[in-house]
Amino acid sequence: MELLVASAVGVLTAGGVYLILRLRAFPVILGLSLLSYAVNVFLFSSGGLAVNLPPILNKYAPDQAYTDPLPQALVLTAIVISFGMTALLVMVALGAYLESDTDKVDMDAPDASGDEETSK
Amino acid sequence: MNHWIIAPVVLPALMAPLIAFVMRYDIVLARAASFVSTLGLLAVSIALLVMVGDGDILVYRLGDWPAPFGIVLVVDRLSALMVLLTSILALLTLTHAAATGWDARGRHFHALFQFQLMGICGAFLTGDIFNLFVFFEVLLIASYGLMIHSGGVQRIRAGLQYVVINLAGSTLFLFALGTLYASTGTLNIADLAVRVQEIPAEDAALVRVAAILLMTVFAVKAAVFPVQFWLPGTYANAPAPVAALFAIMTKVGAYAILRVHALVFGPHVEAMQDMPGDLLFIGGIVTVAIGAFGVLGARRLMPLIAFSVVGSMGTLITALAAFRPEAVTAALYYLVHSTFAAAALFLVADLVVARRTDDRLTAQPPTVQNGLFAALFFGGAIAMAGMPPLSGFLGKLVILDALREPGEIWAAWVAILAGSLLTIIGFARAGSMIFWRSTATEAPVPTEAAPAPDATPATPMQLAPSMAAMALLAALAVFAGPVTRYLQGATDELFDYTAYVTAVLYVDNEGKDLSKGHGDDHGDSYGEDHGEEGYGDDGHGEADSPEADELPAHRANDAEAHGAEAEHVED
Repeated sequence: MELLVASAVGVLTAGGVYLILRLRAFPVILGLSLLSYAVNVFLFSSGGLAVNLPPILNKYAPDQAYTDPLPQALVLTAIVISFGMTALLVMVALGAYLESDTDKVDMDAPDASGDEETSK
Repeated sequence: MNHWIIAPVVLPALMAPLIAFVMRYDIVLARAASFVSTLGLLAVSIALLVMVGDGDILVYRLGDWPAPFGIVLVVDRLSALMVLLTSILALLTLTHAAATGWDARGRHFHALFQFQLMGICGAFLTGDIFNLFVFFEVLLIASYGLMIHSGGVQRIRAGLQYVVINLAGSTLFLFALGTLYASTGTLNIADLAVRVQEIPAEDAALVRVAAILLMTVFAVKAAVFPVQFWLPGTYANAPAPVAALFAIMTKVGAYAILRVHALVFGPHVEAMQDMPGDLLFIGGIVTVAIGAFGVLGARRLMPLIAFSVVGSMGTLITALAAFRPEAVTAALYYLVHSTFAAAALFLVADLVVARRTDDRLTAQPPTVQNGLFAALFFGGAIAMAGMPPLSGFLGKLVILDALREPGEIWAAWVAILAGSLLTIIGFARAGSMIFWRSTATEAPVPTEAAPAPDATPATPMQLAPSMAAMALLAALAVFAGPVTRYLQGATDELFDYTAYVTAVLYVDNEGKDLSKGHGDDHGDSYGEDHGEEGYGDDGHGEADSPEADELPAHRANDAEAHGAEAEHVED
């Protein structure tokens, strides 16, 4: 169980970092999404992994075992935020692509590009 | 509980949607509402400053949940100062944006501006580290909108980079929080301060990883080497009033470093062995160098100012990393100074660049009011470079005076003094090129391809914000004594972390009935609460109350310990 979750986080993170380093708008967006999935799984496991247990304290249950509810609340917050941020990123990337006709994320040095633009 | 504590968050949070939904087609109304909100914020922040002026630490428990189970807002002298700084800066940049018409060049400037203020004030006030993440996201998502306000190819591409780097930073923040929670079982800053100290040095690997991850995230915000690279492109391409407001955003990072370092991972913690401080010191020195060389090498005005901001953050972080009371007081003084200096420079530069064809550092025909702009730019430049008579000189002087330990004096003095020299040279070169060489240049005959630049003189309202920023810098130099006394008080509070912990966790921390049952023999608040609320009245009752040792160990013991101690304090 621990091995499965740990390697899932690792693989997702590695894929995310690789895609971000591609420096093209679409891979970067996918990479950031993968990273946010990785961090969600990671947060979920930060309270300890417990299978088949409720996240609430139930004193009528036979052994009163429960899984830590706080990481679940954190993950919920993180999911909502990363979803909103991804939507915003898609819009900004689309705007940049339509304005400049290139989906490269990296820019030339601010000085150089300014010179080019004004010398045209 | 004092409800004014949450006003700096609630006021902009209410005004922003109102402006966005009700006043979206009426720029005059939106401006008025934005001004009213910002003035209200200023009034509240002055009131908060007065309230904590005698050393009180005020705590606001959201929903009246006792800490560490609920989220708390905490105001001490440092937080109150930062909120006041934010509201003054917001008023200056808002005046500039309205007077120059920047706010009308795109949609929703004022709504985003208010959301930005909400996020910044929240980040300064919160006492919960996950809540800090949420406020970071609020201020970031507003800053994304402000950064690409009014559009343009370069600006949107720079904005895309800014969004990407900060999303990656947010992910790292979550990784850090997960690690921290896994190793300590809490996210309340005061509770963390207690818990991290209990970790023995040999078990500290995980919490050290969390500390370094967290410091890296804050370093991204504060633009400290090796994660400073996003700042010049962002600030240089952002609309000038937004860049001026962003001067406080780097300080959010510095504030977070200071707060977390002082309370949780400081030199007093056995598990850390002051590792973050050592790394920050190196980062600060390199950042000073990057800023200085950037100022010297810049070929356009806006990147030049942006690099000078990088340099000032380096100076600030170098002083913070030493983490002795006198160094932190000096750093806080310099923090206030560099915020206004950077804002003043961006605002003046905007007035100049709007009257030139672009912001390249080349000789172009002089603008109208060339002498006035030159004088203002000169004032901002000597403030940023740290020359007398403005407060930059005093700020750097006290920082140098504080950094006299044998291990750090060489690196710190050489970096800060040489950095200041290079900054002076860079600004002198830029100023003489823009304002002096220009007077020797003839204006070309305007053609259709190259129309004559705007020749309208700046109105008093357009000049007022940058002049007010200069006046504040002068006032900061004149009233250095009282300001430093206040900052010393803030520093004392930071170093006395037990006062912070006591204020948050023990004083009046009953909140709801959550901890009421702790005095009972069962010692289990969860079971008791159920009983009182009527869920347990069906015969099972108290006998079924789960024992503490059946709960996951750290949470249960935790509730026990705090409840017991809270009662002890009350007795």
